[in-house]
Amino acid sequence: MMKDTYGTLAVKAAMALIAALLLFAPFLFQDVRAIEVAARICIFIVLVASYDLLIGYTGIVSFAHTMFFGFGAYGAAIALRQMGPGWDAVALGTLAGLGLSLVVATVIGLISLRVKAIFFAMITLAAASVVLVLASQLSQLTGGEDGITYRVPSLFKTATKLAVDEEGKVLRWFGVRLNGKLAAYYFVFFTSLVLFLLMLRITVSPLGTVLKAIRENEARAEAIGYRVVAYRTFVFCLSALVASLAGSVYSIWLKYTGPDTALSFAIMIDILLMVVIGGMGTMWGAVVGAVLMVMAQYYLRDLMGAASEATAGLPLLPELLAPDRWLFWLGILFILLVYFFPRGIVGTLMTRGVRA
Amino acid sequence: MSGVMTRASETLGRFGGVNLLPLWIALAAFLLIGVPSSWVTLTVAGLAMGMMVFLMASGLSLVFGLMDVLNFGHSAFVSFGAFVAATVLAALGGWLDGGPLLASAALACALIAAIAFGLAAGLFFERVIIKPVYRDHLRQILITMGALIVSEQIILAVWGGTPVTVPRPAFLEGAWIIGDVSIEIYRLFAFGLGALVFLGLILLLNRTRIGLLIRAGVENREMVESLGFKIDRLFIGVFMLGSALAALGGAMWAGYETLITPALGGEMMIVVFIVVIIGGLGSIEGTLLGALIVGLTANYVGYLAPKLALASNMILMMAILMWRPSGLRPAVK
Repeated sequence: MMKDTYGTLAVKAAMALIAALLLFAPFLFQDVRAIEVAARICIFIVLVASYDLLIGYTGIVSFAHTMFFGFGAYGAAIALRQMGPGWDAVALGTLAGLGLSLVVATVIGLISLRVKAIFFAMITLAAASVVLVLASQLSQLTGGEDGITYRVPSLFKTATKLAVDEEGKVLRWFGVRLNGKLAAYYFVFFTSLVLFLLMLRITVSPLGTVLKAIRENEARAEAIGYRVVAYRTFVFCLSALVASLAGSVYSIWLKYTGPDTALSFAIMIDILLMVVIGGMGTMWGAVVGAVLMVMAQYYLRDLMGAASEATAGLPLLPELLAPDRWLFWLGILFILLVYFFPRGIVGTLMTRGVRA
Repeated sequence: MSGVMTRASETLGRFGGVNLLPLWIALAAFLLIGVPSSWVTLTVAGLAMGMMVFLMASGLSLVFGLMDVLNFGHSAFVSFGAFVAATVLAALGGWLDGGPLLASAALACALIAAIAFGLAAGLFFERVIIKPVYRDHLRQILITMGALIVSEQIILAVWGGTPVTVPRPAFLEGAWIIGDVSIEIYRLFAFGLGALVFLGLILLLNRTRIGLLIRAGVENREMVESLGFKIDRLFIGVFMLGSALAALGGAMWAGYETLITPALGGEMMIVVFIVVIIGGLGSIEGTLLGALIVGLTANYVGYLAPKLALASNMILMMAILMWRPSGLRPAVK
């Protein structure tokens, strides 16, 4: 057994810290925005980790991951909208999203996973864009560009009191109201945790080893007797299902589902950036990538706004530093990372600092 | 001798089989539409769109065929071409009203500016973005995707997010009306230019020494290299040419749409990918075939069943991939 490097220890410490921060987020950061950020981080950790199963562990590049996320989100959203806020709607919608994801993933997988990686990437990109257009066209069902708002089960409503004190007011723990919002956050947190641990378990199982073998040398894996197409299709379906579940959970948390939150190509780019920045082929990388990117999305813009004003006199620079141009800088960072640190932050860190 | 014969018969078989596909589609559409005048209008529109898409897609296909490099950032050239041409046309706005000669000069300037930009951007792109990741598909996809993100942001920073109107020379405005058939002049112009470029490419590939080397490189790169030719240098040329054609296609498309947004490249990219997949990577003829099929289908379906219009390309691609997994006329391997 090899000793962990100092880098690995650092990564593990960071993981423990992130887990603790997310677990106690409602108590540590008592403002609405911070809780939104924490919930988004939880969801994106799952989403990026499921994408990492594809790109990092098996070497499949898919651009349809948000499509599955969207299936889950829209499934739950449409069910809640049509059937009213009940658990039956949540269950039905989630299952419908899962079913659709499974069918589409199987079809795409069986048709196109035989071909070269590059064809697969192109085909998934085309499929995802068609679904995006369909979602905005079928506005009766999906609300089109505006998306849909709906009510969620009463347990998750902010007005719901989980516990009351003697006067009938909502009970506070350490200054935090025990209301439905808290329940919703922990629903998001624990579902994400379970899904993440499940994927972590898969990567260390024999299945995970086969996937890595396919990534490293497809022909050899086939020669040993593993049916590469079957494994690829399986992992594609698996990651699609996880993404779909994450989508359902996110739609319940947001109480709103639209192309921008669940289906747009921008989310796909976010996922790509997260997985590459964090590090492909390590589940921990998904965590680091998601945390950094979501934080950047929420807080970097403020910083860039200030920088843009500071450079107001110079040509072009203020436009490039404008808060809306944050993707420009992340894109450059992304390219540099792929060149110089293809293993991402976590992958690079974990190989550093070998212990004697 | 018999080898030549079988090859000839194969070519003939192909000629009859796959190459006539656009014709069959047009015939089927004629029967379904039933109104000859609408059919002519739609067919011209489809052919014009096909030719513009062909301009955008041909470079992508050649680059992949020659170097096994798929550039996901290809659509950036399309967008840049559109915006550069729009800017030049707007700057030369005075010329556009000053008679056909001056207006054509302005148009030529715009198209040449787009091509020049495409050449320069292609050179930069190949050297800086693609060269370090030859032969590594995963990183290639990621890096070109990153480059696409950055390019889109640059377009947004330079031209802003609001739609830009593209002025057109007066002699390309309007339509010819023959009986009850109306044909937009710009569409004929787009078709003509596309056909010209296609012929030029065919001549370049089939009648020149460089074309011979390119075709040989597509077939077997190692062999050409071992015979002492520098495929890498050839590849830069092909890449630049492909980028320039994409920029030209973008410029033409800008004139066609007359109102362009930075999302243009992204929208066209999907169509371009579908065309390249349908046609088979690496072959110019395949790309033209795919482009015409996609252009015609898009227009016919848009008329017959507007709701299906957007999914039609996708369905078409699925169907063709089931029939011929590597496209209609693949050139490679």
